Amino acid sequence: MAGVDSSNTHVELEGVSKRFGGVLALDGISLKLDVGTIHALVGENGAGKSTLGKIVAGALQPDEGRLAVHGVDVSFRSPREALGTGIAAVAQELTIVPQLSVAENVFLGAEPRRAGWVSRRALRKRYDRLAETAGFALPAERSAGRLRTAEQQQVEILRALSREAELIVMDEPSAALGGPDVERLHEIIRSLARSGKTILLVSHFLREVLELADTVTILRDGQLVRTGAAKEESEESLIQGMLGRPLGAAFPDKPKRGENQPVALAVRDLHAPGVGGVSLELRAGEILGVAGLIGAGRTELARAIFGADRLSAGSVELADGRPVRGTPAASLRDGLAMLPESRKEQGLVFGRSVIENISLSSLRGVSRAGVVNRRAERAATARILEGWSLKAGVDQPVSSLSGGNQQKVLFARMLMCSPSVLIADEPTRGVDVGAKRAIYDLLVSLAERGVGVLLISSEVEELLGLAHRVLVMRGGRVVSELGEGEMSESAILAAAFAEREAA
Amino acid sequence: MASPDGTAAGRGLSRGRLEGRQLPDWASSRLRSAGIVIPFVALFITLTISSSSFATKVNLLNILDQQAAVLIIAAAGTLVLVAGGIDLSVGAVYALAGVTSAELAQHMAPAPAIIVGVLVGFVVGAVNGIVATYFRISALIATLAMSFVIGGIASLITHGNLVVLFNHPGFGDLTHTQFLGAKTSIWIMLVAIVVLGLFLARSTIGRYIYAAGGNAEAARIAGVNVNRVRVVSFMLSGGAAALAGVIDASRVLSAQSASGESLTFTVLAGIVVGGTSILGGEGAVWRTVVGVLFIALIGNGYDLLGLNPLYEQITLGVIMLLAVGIDAWARQRRT
Repeated sequence: MAGVDSSNTHVELEGVSKRFGGVLALDGISLKLDVGTIHALVGENGAGKSTLGKIVAGALQPDEGRLAVHGVDVSFRSPREALGTGIAAVAQELTIVPQLSVAENVFLGAEPRRAGWVSRRALRKRYDRLAETAGFALPAERSAGRLRTAEQQQVEILRALSREAELIVMDEPSAALGGPDVERLHEIIRSLARSGKTILLVSHFLREVLELADTVTILRDGQLVRTGAAKEESEESLIQGMLGRPLGAAFPDKPKRGENQPVALAVRDLHAPGVGGVSLELRAGEILGVAGLIGAGRTELARAIFGADRLSAGSVELADGRPVRGTPAASLRDGLAMLPESRKEQGLVFGRSVIENISLSSLRGVSRAGVVNRRAERAATARILEGWSLKAGVDQPVSSLSGGNQQKVLFARMLMCSPSVLIADEPTRGVDVGAKRAIYDLLVSLAERGVGVLLISSEVEELLGLAHRVLVMRGGRVVSELGEGEMSESAILAAAFAEREAA
Repeated sequence: MASPDGTAAGRGLSRGRLEGRQLPDWASSRLRSAGIVIPFVALFITLTISSSSFATKVNLLNILDQQAAVLIIAAAGTLVLVAGGIDLSVGAVYALAGVTSAELAQHMAPAPAIIVGVLVGFVVGAVNGIVATYFRISALIATLAMSFVIGGIASLITHGNLVVLFNHPGFGDLTHTQFLGAKTSIWIMLVAIVVLGLFLARSTIGRYIYAAGGNAEAARIAGVNVNRVRVVSFMLSGGAAALAGVIDASRVLSAQSASGESLTFTVLAGIVVGGTSILGGEGAVWRTVVGVLFIALIGNGYDLLGLNPLYEQITLGVIMLLAVGIDAWARQRRT
């Protein structure tokens, strides 16, 4: 694809910004991707790297700024439009139709047709030709559902090539792969670049970035820190670039930790899908942070402790050695509450009112003979919400609230169960700065009242500002425990970002 | 080439277009609540004006007597739909309960025959619920399969014959007794509707039903035993269908195994026209009552005004499409 301008620039972004609700995910990013290079984006969770990748691939539209391909301004309304200019994406979640064959998946939506019928012979011929130019191949007739993850990803890459993509955006392509598959993927990426394709690589794995990329761009809080040659970077310099901001949101004082508080939650050698042998102890009045990258097993750990998912081995005990009974209902009765990761999927019943969402977990307490006593329900809700500045009436549908207020509704539901242990999974995700502070205050006041809080967060700053201790998870295990004196942004990130052990 | 595109593109586009003129959520939900009442009142007034025999005590009580069975089943069916399920076996349960109690009434006093008939429905409902939740078979398929099984059992009981009770008029007393100017069939129906309506709107389990249907995963995390709640809804549906079958057997003093064949769909039509969502989480018994009566009034109107009854079904179909369409539209703007 010969460029309109003679320069080597494939894609150019200028002043690109993107907002999600009140959160500025990207803030005036300007960036150039050169033809035939591998350009990596690195940054913490939430730094904006996936968002930027999606904007280039047309899956998201920037609120401000300019995007040019080969010097021509474009504005993509969909991935399909991006594909029209030769930009394809291989997403984190693979989009394979398991019932179809490899070749059919590759040409999905662009099958060679004759009078509306798919021509199997032409399909096969095209597939063989494609595999030849790509330099790797999969059995054409194998059903895609039987492929391993790495192979399914290769199907996606072939699909991108089949649409004559010149630029491929890869979002965490190696995150779900094991040792030899990662090597294979790296070879494929290199050979794509050699054949003149441009690759935009979004990755958590710093060593991968340093090995593969020609150019690295570091993002932090939606802002571009620097773009430079990968040769001149090291793991340390990248981590340094990803950190180093002043503490933004103000934090309340950490609750004082009394001496010799009793154990509120003891987890021993817990195994569950995504969790491989985690032990931890949480004391009454303590805020214990859990750090780690997306996919490190933090949410899986939370759900297994709470009883939302089944454990395969290990034990979970509450104060005085009472074992949990393995269902959400029983855990709540025993004083163990969980604020789920996703408000929309696992938290709120969107069609119902604020008050019904708040009282849902403790309806029995405000019912007599199986009938809800609405006056008691209102009184109990009002007691919980006192002094909260919830900007909504209790009869309003919860779907009409802002993210921060929705999160407060979930907190109110937890508090109404008077828990002795609260697991809060990303309590400030998608919440604006003001509401963040309110949620921090809530967490601290809970701990002051003797509740043990297990705080899972992708915002390192939040963990530093609130937690007494931080556990860092990677690959389903706790790889590091940092006490009061040892906690720092770089220590947490270094542990979270450390490369996987060789498989 | 991440997503099988088209879809993502289409959705993005239509959302963008809608955003400009969105009603606030509460406004569109109020609008929907009132949705069925306005056409119902309009139809009622129209019929009152255009036919002198419509707004008479005899005609109105007659409608209620005829609709008693449908209203009872639809009231309980509302609970199933709100909980996120569907019960296609109600017609078969209705028939089975009718023939069971009628068959028993040949040999024993009416009261135990009636009680056994209704209990049969609760049992079938429990089986439906357990299969559709703990066995993870879709409620649609589970209850459809069940309706064949039950229909077969009903035929076995009657050997395919009409069970006639003209020699046992005591069985008819259940529904034919006059009380405060109306038949007991109507009174039983009213009690069933009020109890089911209050159960859904005011009881703890009623709240759980809304939560289970509105967001099953969130309800589970919040400590609701979603499966148990759904089983309860199916049991009530089975019990209500059986009660309705017994009532109709008593009303006409006969029962046959094929009697409930089109009933299931009449019931579903009533619930949906009332504005209860087939996707769960929303709805109310009172709305179902209005929906069922709305359909009944259309039929009554065709009779009274001497219109070609062929158009009645077309009218009903169009109304159902409108009701479901409005529901889908309202849901789309909420998410």
